[in-house]
Amino acid sequence: MSERAAPITRETDEQPAETRPDDSSTETDRPPVTTGAEAVVRTLENAGVEYAFGVQGGAIMPVYDALYDSEIYHVTMAHEQGAAHAADAYGIVSGEPGLCLATSGPGATNLVTGIADADMDSDPMLALTGQVPTAFVGNDAFQETDTTGVTAPITKDNTFSSDSARVGQDVAEAFALAREGRPGPTLVDLPKDVTNGETDRVPDELTPPDTYEVQEEADPEIVRDAARRIEASSRPVMLLGGGVIKADAAEECRAFAIEHEIPVITTMPGLGSFPEDHDLSLEMAGMHGTGYANMAISLCDTLIGVGTRFDDRLTGGIETFAPDAEVIHVDIDPAEISKNIHAEYPLVGDAATVMEQLADEVDASPEAKKWRAQCQQWKSEYSMAYQAPEDEPVKPQFVVEALDEATSDQAIVTTGVGQHQMWACQYWTYTEPRTWVSSHGLGTMGYGVPAAIGARLAADDDQEVVCIDGDASFLMTIQELSVAVRENMDITVAVLNNEYIGMVRQWQDAFFEGRHSASEYGWCPEFDKLAEAFGAKGFRIDEYDEVADTIEAALAYDGPSVIDVHIDPRENVYPMVPSGGDNSQFALTEDQL
Amino acid sequence: MTYGLEGPAPEDRPAPQGRRTPQGIRIDPEVEAEHEPRRTVISALVKHEPGVLSDVSGLFSRRQFNIESLTVGPTEDESQARITLVVEEPDPGIAQVKKQLRKLIPVISVRELPGDAMRRELALIKVNATQPDRVAAVADMYGAKAVDASPETATFEITGSRQKIDAAIETFGQFGIRELSRTGTTALARDTEDTASEAPVEQQVNRQQTTSPHPTANDD
Repeated sequence: MSERAAPITRETDEQPAETRPDDSSTETDRPPVTTGAEAVVRTLENAGVEYAFGVQGGAIMPVYDALYDSEIYHVTMAHEQGAAHAADAYGIVSGEPGLCLATSGPGATNLVTGIADADMDSDPMLALTGQVPTAFVGNDAFQETDTTGVTAPITKDNTFSSDSARVGQDVAEAFALAREGRPGPTLVDLPKDVTNGETDRVPDELTPPDTYEVQEEADPEIVRDAARRIEASSRPVMLLGGGVIKADAAEECRAFAIEHEIPVITTMPGLGSFPEDHDLSLEMAGMHGTGYANMAISLCDTLIGVGTRFDDRLTGGIETFAPDAEVIHVDIDPAEISKNIHAEYPLVGDAATVMEQLADEVDASPEAKKWRAQCQQWKSEYSMAYQAPEDEPVKPQFVVEALDEATSDQAIVTTGVGQHQMWACQYWTYTEPRTWVSSHGLGTMGYGVPAAIGARLAADDDQEVVCIDGDASFLMTIQELSVAVRENMDITVAVLNNEYIGMVRQWQDAFFEGRHSASEYGWCPEFDKLAEAFGAKGFRIDEYDEVADTIEAALAYDGPSVIDVHIDPRENVYPMVPSGGDNSQFALTEDQL
Repeated sequence: MTYGLEGPAPEDRPAPQGRRTPQGIRIDPEVEAEHEPRRTVISALVKHEPGVLSDVSGLFSRRQFNIESLTVGPTEDESQARITLVVEEPDPGIAQVKKQLRKLIPVISVRELPGDAMRRELALIKVNATQPDRVAAVADMYGAKAVDASPETATFEITGSRQKIDAAIETFGQFGIRELSRTGTTALARDTEDTASEAPVEQQVNRQQTTSPHPTANDD
C-alpha cells in the first residue's frame, strides 16, 4: 500500500489479514498463475493497483474469484456508474489509473456514462468488463452487449481479449495506455471462457501498444519563436487547463508566471494549477468565469494556453475569443492544436518539459506593468460579490465560503453538475493541484458522491473530502451513500438544496420566458433524514447562524455526513456569458442577459 | 432588490478590436485565410486486426468529416492493412482528419499523398447489350474488359482515375446501365517514395495550416 492510500482493514474469517502476502513478498512467494483471470489480477497487482471499484455479475465472476485472494481492495459500489466515477476520481487525485469492473451487458452499459466522463476530461482509468463466452459472442446471448462497439467512441482505446494466453498482456497495455501521454479511459472486454481458460503468462512490462507515440519535447524552433513573442508582448496571459494538473506541470507553470509576472487564468478543469490567492491569479474564465478573467482573455495580445482544449464553455463564440491574441498552445495531443482555436505557436509535448524549454528560452520578461494594473482594476471592478440579507434564505455562495474556511488548503472538493458546481468554482479558493474533482467536459449530474468515494481512497488520511452537491444531482447517485457508510469513509456532503434543477431553471428564466418546464423539484426528500436512513449522519441548515456550527459538526463527524442546506431558491449564477457569446460581454445580472 | 456584481455594464466595457474566423484563425490582413474545401488522398497504415475499420469509420461519423471514399485491403506485410481515404474538406478539416486518425491506437502511420500519387479505382458496369457492336466499341475506347456476357447484358470491368470511370459510365449510359458497382480510390506514392512513411512536415504539427503542404491533389 502506498502512503496515499487510506488504510482500510479487511479481516475475514476465511482470509485473516496476517496470512495475506505483505509488501515484502516477492514473485516467488505467490501462488502460480493458472487462469486468465489470475493473469489479469496479477498484472494489476504488478501495476501497483490498490483499489478496484465495481459490481459483481455473471460474466465477470472469474475475475472476482481471482480478486478474492488478491491484495487489491475491492469496493462494491451500488451501481456501475458509481464504480466508473469513483475510479475516475481516484485517477484524478492519485494520477494513477483508477480501476473499475463490471459484468457484461447491463453492467458494461452502466459504466458508459462514467467512461465517457473520463474520456472528455482525459482522466486515467481502466475499465474491465465481463463478456459472454466467445462461442456465444454475436448470438445475442444472455447479458451480451457489443461492449467494445459501444465504448469505441468514448475510450482512448479498447480491446476484446480473445485469448487466455494474451489476456494479461492486453490488460497491461491498456493500463499503461490509460496513463501515458494524454491520459484517458481504456477498456478490456473479458469473455468468460478467456478468464476461465488456462494460462500462466503474466506480462513483465507495462508498456502501451507499440503504435502509440508520444512527443515529449516541443520543436525548439517554435519554442524560440514563442519566447520572442512572449518577450515582445505587452498584454500577456497564461491560460492553464486540466492538462497542467494531469502532467504535474503546475510547478513549472507557476514558476514561469511568477518570474515573468504574467497574469494567470485557469479553465474549470485547471482549478488548483495556480494558487487563486496569488496576485497574478485572475481565477477561472468562461461562461461562469470571473469578470476579470474574461476581460483579460478578451483583451490580451498573447495567450499562452497550456493543457487546454479550448472548450466552448471557455471560449464562448470562437469569432470573439481572444480576438487580438496570438496563441501559444502547449499540448501533448497534436490533435488539440488548432482544433478550436488556431495556434500561431504550436508546442506539442509534455507540459512540464515544454514549460521548462520555454523558461530556458525566454530571456526578458514582457513589459506589462500597465496591463497588470489594468487586470487589478478589473479585479476590483468586477469583484466576485453577492448580497446576503439576514432576513432572506441562506445564499449558496456563503455556504461554499464557509466550507472553504472550515477546511484546509489540502481539502478535496468534489461536485455534481449544475449551479452548485459553479458556486464551488467561484467561491472556493483553490490553491493546490488535484484538490478539485468534477465532471467538466461531459457535465454529468450525479458525479459528486461516487467521486468523493474514489477521491477519499486516493487522498491522504488527513485530507478532508467535501462533496458540494445539488439536490437534483445528489438524487441521481444517492445510493452510493450506502457504500460510504459501509466503508466508513470520512466524507462530508453539502447539498445546496433549492428544489430545482437550478441551472436549467436559470436558463429558463433567461431564455425561455420563465417557463419552468420540468425543472421544479417540489417533491424533494429530506436529505438529512435520508442520510440517516442510509446510516450516515444527517444535518440541516435553514438559517445563517446555523452555517458555521453545522459545518464544523459535519466535518468533525468521523464517517459520511450529509448537510441538507436549504438555500435561496431564486439565487442564480453570475457572471454569465450566454452560450456562444462574447466573453467580454458577460452579464452581471439577469437584466444584462 | 437586485442581486449580482458591481462593474460597468457590457456596453461600457472596452472591447477588443480583432476578430477570428469560424475556424478560430485570427484575422490578420497579411495572412487572411481562405478555407475552400479541397479533395485529397490520405493513406493510413493500420494493424490488420478486427475492429480497425469500425474504429476508423466511427471516427469519421462522430466527427462529421466529409469522406468521399474509403478502401481497405492487406499489404505486403500480412500484419498490416492499408486504408486509403479520399477526403473533401477545408484545410483545417484535413489537418484534423490526419491528427485524429493518428490518435487511434491500431493506426501505425498516416500520410497525405502528394498530388502526383497514383490513384485508381475499379468499377463493374452491367449494361444492356442489345447493340453488341456499339457496346464493344465503347468498351474498347475506355479499355474496359468484358467479364460477363448474356444475350441481354454485358458486364465490364474498368479501372482508372475517378474521372475516367465517370466518363465511361456516362458514355455507357446511352445503352442503359442496369447495375453499377464501384470501389473507392486506392493509391500509392510514386517512385521510391514510401507511401506509409510520415513526412517530417506531418510529424510536426503543421504551423501554416492556411497553406497546403502538398499541391492540390487533382485527380489525374
